[in-house]
Amino acid sequence: MTHRMKRELVTDLYFMEARAKMIDLAAFFDRVDRAEGTDDFRLSALRQALQELNSGHPDRAKRVLLRLSDPTTEPLPAATTKAACGAWPGAK
Amino acid sequence: MRYIEPHAHMVSRTTDDYLAMATAGCQAVCEPAFWAGFDRGSVDGFHDYFRQLTEYEPKRAAKFGLAHYCWLCLNPKEAEDLKLAEEVIAIIPEFLGRPTVLGIGEIGLNKNSRNELAVFEKHVDLAARHNQLILIHTPHLEDKLKGTKLIVDSLKADGRVAPGRVIIDHVEEHTIQLVLDGGFWEGMTLYPESKCTAARAADMVEMYGGERLWMNSACDWGVSVPLAVPRAALEMRLRGHAPDAVENLVYRNPLRFLSQSNHFKCD
Repeated sequence: MTHRMKRELVTDLYFMEARAKMIDLAAFFDRVDRAEGTDDFRLSALRQALQELNSGHPDRAKRVLLRLSDPTTEPLPAATTKAACGAWPGAK
Repeated sequence: MRYIEPHAHMVSRTTDDYLAMATAGCQAVCEPAFWAGFDRGSVDGFHDYFRQLTEYEPKRAAKFGLAHYCWLCLNPKEAEDLKLAEEVIAIIPEFLGRPTVLGIGEIGLNKNSRNELAVFEKHVDLAARHNQLILIHTPHLEDKLKGTKLIVDSLKADGRVAPGRVIIDHVEEHTIQLVLDGGFWEGMTLYPESKCTAARAADMVEMYGGERLWMNSACDWGVSVPLAVPRAALEMRLRGHAPDAVENLVYRNPLRFLSQSNHFKCD
């Protein structure tokens, strides 16, 4: 399937949604900064991933997902939980 | 518009959802075996569940004019108990001949543990020995990339697996190429918060093509939308995709994959 949209159509369809999400994201970080305590690995990972938004790369979604992913390759000895949390705890 | 819902956990949904799906053009719904939200305590619990999927749920769907099919397995979330897993895998063959069973699924990984991988490979072996289609769940969020790589590597190492008879579900932008490069079918799951939105699914179709692809709602007892597939079809129409191209994605593609099972009929 080959299909390319005009930029005007993309903007018409998605600008308001993207605007709302961006403001929500900004408000989230404001909320975090007002709260007591320090960043855990999830917040650190999200701040790192934010850099991708303004990177100019054509695959920002993929790059954000990669920054939030476990990069290791060996199976875990055992599953100690069933849940995922959205960021890799081993990230520095 | 006609569509097939190829992945929905209808035992968790109400009859209102069946009515809405049928009204929206759904022709058939396919239900992979799933985690109940808690670990089942015995093989008898799975036996009852497989009876529910193969006996009761098709009748409930039929009341709304919908054909109901299912896939059978033990979910990777319950794979740490190897003894239970082996007991469950041992009872699956007695159900494979039932007229609405499509294959083995949704198998796969959850936290990418050794036992999960061992149980995944036992399921693949079961599918290979019984010539069954395979539906694969890839892990959530931060675990998806690693899990998808482990799954693809494992399948490639098993010379009996024909990639065209395997669909790897829940792909996102960072895993779709891995799946395509392996020659497998890919599934996109349309969720409001995790996995992918209709807009991102349409993005991936436009970037990677839609030859071996289906979209599904994977609606269950969590945050999910039973009408996610027809809403994604609408999204693609708004983006200028031709009606026939959209119907290829939401109807003819799942029809093509699922028709590899002699049990699947969708007129």
